[in-house]
Amino acid sequence: MSAISVENVWKEYGDQVVLENLSLQIADRAFVALVGPSGCGKTTFLRMILGQERPTRGRILLDGQPLPPEPGPDRGVVYQRYSVFPHLTVGGNVMLGPELRGARLTGRRFGAARRRLADEARAMIAAVGLAGSEDKYPAQLSGGMQQRLALAQALMMRPRVLLLDEPFGALDPGIRADIHQLMKRLWNEVPMTAVMVTHDLREAFTLATRVIALERLRDRPEERERYGARITRDISIWPPRVAGQRTSFDPPEGAEPPL
Amino acid sequence: MRWINRRPRRGAEMLLLCLPFAALVAAYLIGSAIRLDANPADKLLPSPAQLWAGIQRIALMPDPRTGEWLLWSDTAASLMRLAAGLGIATVIALLLGMAVGLLPYLRASLGAFVAFLSMVPPLALLPILFITLGLGEAAKICLIVIGVAPIMTRDLALRVHEIPREMIVKAETLSASTWLIALRVVLPQVLPRLLTSLRLQLGPAFLFLIAAEAISADAGLGYRIFLVRRYLAMDVIFPYVAWITLLAVLADIAIDRLRSRVFPWSDLERGA
Repeated sequence: MSAISVENVWKEYGDQVVLENLSLQIADRAFVALVGPSGCGKTTFLRMILGQERPTRGRILLDGQPLPPEPGPDRGVVYQRYSVFPHLTVGGNVMLGPELRGARLTGRRFGAARRRLADEARAMIAAVGLAGSEDKYPAQLSGGMQQRLALAQALMMRPRVLLLDEPFGALDPGIRADIHQLMKRLWNEVPMTAVMVTHDLREAFTLATRVIALERLRDRPEERERYGARITRDISIWPPRVAGQRTSFDPPEGAEPPL
Repeated sequence: MRWINRRPRRGAEMLLLCLPFAALVAAYLIGSAIRLDANPADKLLPSPAQLWAGIQRIALMPDPRTGEWLLWSDTAASLMRLAAGLGIATVIALLLGMAVGLLPYLRASLGAFVAFLSMVPPLALLPILFITLGLGEAAKICLIVIGVAPIMTRDLALRVHEIPREMIVKAETLSASTWLIALRVVLPQVLPRLLTSLRLQLGPAFLFLIAAEAISADAGLGYRIFLVRRYLAMDVIFPYVAWITLLAVLADIAIDRLRSRVFPWSDLERGA
């Protein structure tokens, strides 16, 4: 079964061709890393899966169904910045999704439903390592903690697909290694497919089951406008990583992450 | 050390704060003394004793003709108009500004129109308001609304538009509808800005209030100033001006306190 299927997708802005005839099958539970030079359309591709932008030609299917033309709860997202809401506490941010889904008029839960949700949120907050910070505002958290919060907030919706747009790009190496451990664990435990855009090859090969490189093959000035980026490399990680299983190359749980 | 790196200590800071005020009072006292020395009947710059007598007459005893305590009845009349005008303007700005900022269709149709309206000089509309709405409260309140609502609306619409697209998309992935995005994501984030915008519009609102009262009213701070102007009663005008300024300053501080009390995160964001 294929979770995401990309069929002959082109993206053009006016005369500018950005992506050229992409075709791609992403397996269920895969963790795909998209790499490539700046401006090659990685983020554009991610936005198309997200539904924030539409392909000029071609189509994208999610579990065999055409993607709805706008973002929805089946596809979660974590951006490098602006992923969490500054006016809500950590707890409020994590509870927001289920609250919005459950109360279509007020967007708020009350009474027993709220207490149940708060328990669920506390468990999720603990799972990403933010226990004890429930009442802090995002501005009081470090960059790494904010990204942990963004992951928790997105995972509360149990998305089919989690999209990550350079989520750890702004973090220090040490913090980044910690959050990679978390990301691996979450991907193993939560039944989701992940697609991550990154410019960090080490990160791509640390986390992904498959690394896909986008690149403009024709990049002379006079060609730049009429030729977009294509898939130039499609590497499956060996030994294969399978969600929910560990490979012999992974460090044991709780070990110091390799830098 | 460079001047940009030198900072006053706490005590010095208080002193520097008071300095311009003290200079203003001193300049007045000196000017007043010089003029009264030359002509004891001078009315332009009354002495402190004359000012105090004026304050007593308007604030601390009832008016012999009407039996009203003028300063207080004038203040009540003016503040009612101001509150009504600013309240209506704030509600309009909130509803219209959010709608224009969030919905591309409304932005396409109303965005330029609101910008156009905010350029109409409100005082030029005053005669029209008096002709159509009569000389009562409605015309004065309406002038304040017309004067401040378009600018507040534009400010809020810009602010809504400035919210990063990522946040709106994120809310969509959390299953929010347009209504829920407006209610739970955009509204709480722009309310602090609305309060700040309200603070900045206090000055213009007072301007429009006093202009309207000067032309037609039977009570109000602006009305009183323009009434006693005929008698060169500077001993009333100066205290009134000081009082109006004080009211505006207190309102400004109160609204800012309210903002940081109700939206504690808005201070954190500014620091970040």
